[in-house]
Amino acid sequence: MARVHVEATVNGVEQEFLCDPNQSLLDVLRDELGLTGTKEGCATGDCGACSVMLDGRLVCSCLTLGAEIQGQSVETIEGIAGEELHPLQQKFLEHAALQCGICTPGFIVAAKALLEKNPNPDETEIRYWLAGNLCRCTGYDKIIRAVQDAAGELAHPA
Amino acid sequence: MGAYAYVAPQSVEEVVAILEEHASSGDRAQLLAGGTDLLVQMRTVDREPRTIVDVKKLAETNRLELGGDEIYIGAAIPSAVLFENEELKALLPGLLEASDLIGSTQIQGRATMGGNLCNSSPAGDSIPAMIAVGAICDIGNGSGGRQIPVEDFVTGVGTNVLESGELLLGLKIPRPADNSRDAYLRFIPRTEMDIAVAGAGVSVTIEADGTCSTARVGIGAVAPTALLVPAAADALIGTQLDDDALNAAGEACTAASSPITDKRGTAEYRRKVVAVLCRRAANIAKQRAAGA
Ligand SMILES: Cc1cc2nc3c(=O)[nH]c(=O)nc-3n(C[C@H](O)[C@H](O)[C@H](O)COP(=O)(O)OP(=O)(O)OC[C@H]3O[C@@H](n4cnc5c(N)ncnc54)[C@H](O)[C@@H]3O)c2cc1C
Ligand code: FES
Ligand code: FES
Repeated sequence: MARVHVEATVNGVEQEFLCDPNQSLLDVLRDELGLTGTKEGCATGDCGACSVMLDGRLVCSCLTLGAEIQGQSVETIEGIAGEELHPLQQKFLEHAALQCGICTPGFIVAAKALLEKNPNPDETEIRYWLAGNLCRCTGYDKIIRAVQDAAGELAHPA
Repeated sequence: MGAYAYVAPQSVEEVVAILEEHASSGDRAQLLAGGTDLLVQMRTVDREPRTIVDVKKLAETNRLELGGDEIYIGAAIPSAVLFENEELKALLPGLLEASDLIGSTQIQGRATMGGNLCNSSPAGDSIPAMIAVGAICDIGNGSGGRQIPVEDFVTGVGTNVLESGELLLGLKIPRPADNSRDAYLRFIPRTEMDIAVAGAGVSVTIEADGTCSTARVGIGAVAPTALLVPAAADALIGTQLDDDALNAAGEACTAASSPITDKRGTAEYRRKVVAVLCRRAANIAKQRAAGA
């Protein structure tokens, strides 16, 4: 099978890689680029563990081919913290919004996309936006509270 | 036994040439839009290698035009992009509601109306809504293209009229008059992330005296394909959309249905629910048409 040569920007860094034509962006990130922060829960679009930003839009990396991102820009969980943790990451820790943690990168990437679009979402808006992110451990309430708290923090930095 | 390959042609001619080459050599090629059906299928029910032909790089499939007479929605535009267009949402609220119902925020970032239609599932949410607004499929091929109403596009569960060497370029929709609007409702067992048990799209034109002068009704998930229900439209036209008219339209939808029983609902239940959805969608469309 002829491998596909792709050039793309990942977390602000220009990357070049070869991938199989049917290899998902998720597998490219994890297996070709060593970015294992993005997780696979289902590989069928249902769980959101593989959430990344593609040219500024939230997508499931399991339902995107690596070959499709030629010339595009990807942001993953690895690109979210600066010198310090992003407020969302900090609030997930403070609120204990994770147990096993497999869903967490997806939730944080998705929640960040929400807060960029809507800095002050109400609980219903948060729950609908995150409906494609599944968590089998927390029961969601702590996640929602962490997102609300991070929204407050981003609006009024301490 | 072929191998997987990926190509992203820049022109319709190139797509058609690739599809025709594959057809004549007996190798398989399949078109890719958002991939939210195709990649799931590649991973589960249909693992056979093929050449994947990405249609997202074509000018035609990315065209979004709100003309004075006609609205053009390119087949490869993701739902999330459409939903951010306020003018489009104001003109075709029902169609946009239907495409917004497809999957999660993540799915919305990729999924297209073209993919929803070409996947040709009986439960594809945007299909009855397209039928209600009178959408026409703009099909590209090697001989000048052709146009087919959405209600004639899907031929069975997962099958449609596209022949080898053809692709969907976009949908052409007559621009609704100021007193004409649409609505789409579906029923699912949960509030998000599920497949329709039944769905109904309705568009109506309401005259100054409250009379309904035009109507189209499309129903989904209650037959092997989404259906146009002319008898339901006839029951609405010429009335004030009073309860008798709405009930008659609902009954026409029930009569047109031939649903299956599955884990989401029995056939009997689906026949009833589709009538309720038709009545409610007609009411919403009426309020929108009167207020637009
Ligand atoms: C988690 C999840 C939830 C979902 N929820 C819903 C839902 O609520 N309602 C619903 O209706 N669907 C739902 N879907 C199914 C899917 O997202 C939709 O059908 C979507 O609109 C498909 O669009 P796409 O662009 O991703 O299509 P693709 O997967 O790219 O293509 C679908 C099919 O159409 C063909 N095709 C695509 N573009 C063209 C073209 N231009 N010309 C010819 N053929 C073409 C492809 O070859 C393929 O066979 C869901 C899917 C997932 C994974
Ligand atoms: S791994 Fe992509 S949605 Fe579950
Ligand atoms: S913390 Fe375990 S799935 Fe969410």
